[in-house]
Amino acid sequence: MPRPGFVLDVDRSTPPMLFWRGENFSLEKLPADRSRVIYGPEPLAGIDDVDGAIREALLNPLDMDPLPALLTPGMKLTICFDDASLSLPKMRRPDTRQRIIEAVLELAAAAGVDDVHLIAALGLHRRMHDYELRHVLGDRIFDAFHPRGLLYQHDAEDHDNLTVIGETDEGEVVEISKRVAESDLVVYANVNQVAMDGGWKSITTGVASYRCLSYHHNPATLQNTRSLMDRHHSALHHSLWRMGEVLREHGPKIFTVETTLNTDTFPSPFDFLAKREWEWNAKDRATFLATQKSLDRIPLKMRRKIMHSIESPYRMTGVHAGFTPTVHERTLDNVYAQHLVDVEGQTDILTMGIPYICPYNPEGIMNPILVMCMGLGYLFNMYRGKPLVREGGVIIMTHPTYRDFHSVHHPSYIDFFEEVLADTTDPAVMSEKWERKYAEDEWYRHLYRTGNAYHGVHPFYAWYWGAHGQQHAGRVIIVGGDAPTVRRLGFTPASTMNDALEIASDVVGRSASITHLHVPSVLVADVK
Amino acid sequence: MAKTSLRRAQRLAGSAEKAVRAAAAPLRNFGFPYRAPTVPRGVEVPAEVTGLGAHYDTEWARRPLAAFARGVIAEGPIRLATRVLTNPEIVGHDRLSDLSRLDDPPPVIFAPTHHSHFDTGLMIRAIPTVWRRRLVVAAAADYFFDKKWKAVISALSLNAIPIDREVTGRASSDALTALIADGYSLVIYPEGGRSPDGWGQGFKGGAAYLSSKTGAPVVPVFIDGTGAIFGKGMKRPKAGRTTVLFGHAMRAGEDESTRRFNARIEAAVTTLGDEALNDFWTARQRAATGDNPPLTGPEYTGWRRDWALAERRKLGAAGKRRRERRAWPDLG
Repeated sequence: MPRPGFVLDVDRSTPPMLFWRGENFSLEKLPADRSRVIYGPEPLAGIDDVDGAIREALLNPLDMDPLPALLTPGMKLTICFDDASLSLPKMRRPDTRQRIIEAVLELAAAAGVDDVHLIAALGLHRRMHDYELRHVLGDRIFDAFHPRGLLYQHDAEDHDNLTVIGETDEGEVVEISKRVAESDLVVYANVNQVAMDGGWKSITTGVASYRCLSYHHNPATLQNTRSLMDRHHSALHHSLWRMGEVLREHGPKIFTVETTLNTDTFPSPFDFLAKREWEWNAKDRATFLATQKSLDRIPLKMRRKIMHSIESPYRMTGVHAGFTPTVHERTLDNVYAQHLVDVEGQTDILTMGIPYICPYNPEGIMNPILVMCMGLGYLFNMYRGKPLVREGGVIIMTHPTYRDFHSVHHPSYIDFFEEVLADTTDPAVMSEKWERKYAEDEWYRHLYRTGNAYHGVHPFYAWYWGAHGQQHAGRVIIVGGDAPTVRRLGFTPASTMNDALEIASDVVGRSASITHLHVPSVLVADVK
Repeated sequence: MAKTSLRRAQRLAGSAEKAVRAAAAPLRNFGFPYRAPTVPRGVEVPAEVTGLGAHYDTEWARRPLAAFARGVIAEGPIRLATRVLTNPEIVGHDRLSDLSRLDDPPPVIFAPTHHSHFDTGLMIRAIPTVWRRRLVVAAAADYFFDKKWKAVISALSLNAIPIDREVTGRASSDALTALIADGYSLVIYPEGGRSPDGWGQGFKGGAAYLSSKTGAPVVPVFIDGTGAIFGKGMKRPKAGRTTVLFGHAMRAGEDESTRRFNARIEAAVTTLGDEALNDFWTARQRAATGDNPPLTGPEYTGWRRDWALAERRKLGAAGKRRRERRAWPDLG
């Protein structure tokens, strides 16, 4: 029976706590009697017969006819799926998307459906490499559809193949892939790793245009998103749901399949990362020391390679199919069952270790903008109710924050760092002054469409993702980061955790309360 | 005096010759009881239990020492020969991941196609590790267990269990059932033997029957390419490429007869065969309409059948030289 999450009050006998530091980790001693640590629930049990559960979901969907009844000979069927930004780290093969799509294709073949397209719903993310597509879809699907050109990746800049479905009451234009719009049935295969994923967000971002995305991926919306993990209080999700309504009325029939994962994230020998520190046995301690010391001594490139090669032994905890909003509510129940931890009250200082990966650097480099996005965008937003840190409080992150960029994946990030951040760190100002230039840059557009680059506007979106956290926090400190780089982000560098706490005392006083988000397993704090 | 000596010598020589002749006389000159008795006409002598064939006791081959020796043989000569001669591409393990990731994976029955003696070595190499350690192979008693030395080698190196192909008896099925109940997985060739002409043969119901009896799921397996490497009738092997394709585990339905379940297994292997030669989607589409090319080949006989086999091999692992074309995005 997995243990639920809990909040540990730190006392003198509490061991140092584990913090991510990019491609490595450290142990930090937190001050006794004023610190607490939030641990997520242990991984829930997975479904043993995954294929059987998927088939059951397809045959008994929520608020829709069974999938076989929707499949007819001569119809246009489009299957969309989440890209490599999910799951993190990538899950061991077979990926749940492969299982869903194979099950759908079995039914489509039985129904005599010939016209089938598979579209990777990238939004403005980078195109996936072939080996990533193989990992997500499996060799069977890749070998059957890719050589025929029936498996491809969404292109948000291919204006000939985009079409406007309609407009919301608030004037938001819903523009999506023409193939999706003209299909008789669209099946969307989701991986819902966190509460933010899925629902109408999948289609309205995954196969949408830049114009469509810009209505909700902007500073005003994201500053009013409280939080990304609580769709009922998220301005971003409200906008997406309005667009979803337009899709429902004027768009194609959409059959959503959502799956949830447990938090069994790290395989051996990294499994100690998910354990509570006082439960580390001799083997765990030896593994930690050996891993930490070895990672310290090898080149950064090799460190990254090792960390990105980790494949998570996630297990599927639930699968639901049918009408998008109904399915998503069930999915949220499953996600919260795995992630929610009750927390009493806010804190003055929130600490968090920033790992080597975020949704925008699979197989890539965690550049400084992504450090901000991960810390203030994702980890800060891991709450429901109130933010973990009080308004005007301090956020302390640990990460090396090197000035290092992946020139293939993140070309526009380089210029964003050198040009935009040198000018301003204010999301509203940069949106007004710089966004259009990057979004319409022909070279970035070319790299996005033909290479493996994120869209030119993507660094702006990554920055806006942290806009709420940036606005909310009185100061952000990065421990162990490259000082000039950290300053460019608008944050304060510190060498050690003690230094950081000392610096924080200028803002929140000397007896400020501290809360550490124990990150290796994903959790959402339900702050009362 | 000299004459007497000569006579004595002649007698001695004669005695020696007589003794040698007597010693060298063929046994046939001696009758019963020096020889086996002749059988009166009209009388049928019951077959003597020789301890060979289907009666060969392989229990010793599952003891720890023999299992260790087999591990060495499997990781050494068998692995090397498989690698050098068959260069296998093993696909479809992901279809078994739900079973293989369990803490205590249940025994399963692997039902592969059979074209060559290399199939068993290939299967031992290709089967996921969780089942490899406790694996027995059903082998023809009349071929692998007819001589003591063959029986010892088969049992030791392959953990082979003799099954009688000629007589329908319960001894073989009881032995296999007991082994499956004891946690051993099984490789059994539903076609009953190697293909005589390169095309597949109809499936016999052994795998389906054992599955229904024990509850162990059947995993259909398609092996492509071994027929061209060392098919029946070939004098020496010719190195090439092979594919081993695993399907989803199958269980008999509640009211499903062994015959119907066997037909379903055969259909699954046929679809895998189509998948190996074409692709997943084409195979599924054809399976839905019952148009997968049959493993048993075309109806016609003679040279056209051989011709069709050559054409088919070009598509499979034996003729695989296709290079993947990179699809550049079309920007109009």
